Amino acid sequence: MANQIKISAKLKDGIADVKSLMLHPMETGARKDPDTGETIPAHHITQLVFTNNGKQVMVANFSTAVSKNPFFGFSFEGAKAGDTLKVAWVDNKGETAELETQLA
Amino acid sequence: MRKTRRLFMKGGLALLALASLPRSLLAAVWPKDSFGSTSASGALQTLLGADVTTPSSQIKMKIPEIAENGAVVPVSVTTDLQNVESISIIVEKNPRPLAASFELPPGTLPKISCRIKMGETSDVMAVVKTSNGIFSTSSEVKVTIGGCGG
Repeated sequence: MANQIKISAKLKDGIADVKSLMLHPMETGARKDPDTGETIPAHHITQLVFTNNGKQVMVANFSTAVSKNPFFGFSFEGAKAGDTLKVAWVDNKGETAELETQLA
Repeated sequence: MRKTRRLFMKGGLALLALASLPRSLLAAVWPKDSFGSTSASGALQTLLGADVTTPSSQIKMKIPEIAENGAVVPVSVTTDLQNVESISIIVEKNPRPLAASFELPPGTLPKISCRIKMGETSDVMAVVKTSNGIFSTSSEVKVTIGGCGG
């Protein structure tokens, strides 16, 4: 499932600048299928958690109002080369994905 | 067509049953009531415990004045305020105004960026909770094509 997440982290002066991209439809639950007229059920990421060497550095809570294939960027202090940055998300259907990367 | 949909739904339900397990991996609770709220004040009240925010010029929100496509509106928020605990983004005229909420542990810089959907032209508010109170800034975004319907 790792290909559902892309992450890039730039390290400078102990600050890690993290950019991430998730592949997810982020259905609002308000859209109708144009062919059948049936409402497409909501399907969206609810929570995105970043940990660096096991320490939580960010929890992002999403509603359906976050765009399809969400992009999310943030920065944190106290990072050093070789740290393991892990990102994991869960959606409202309970599907999950996670990815680990080494800071460099 | 219908049959495959039913099968898909069944699979979805089975997944849902399994889902309670990996959820424990994630520490914080997703604030369901706040995201379900149909008013901005209701969302703030359930999320932060108060619906009154102090306008602050120390919060900088970068968002386009005119969004050609409401389905993808880039927004970034930074602030000089100290001891930031959370940053939330509220689109006042969306059916459910709370778009996203970010919890910042100590050491994480108050600087986030993401992309949100907007149904129509609306004020967008960035709400920053610090140990000293709840602060906000807002700006109007004109939407030419909505991002919530079909």
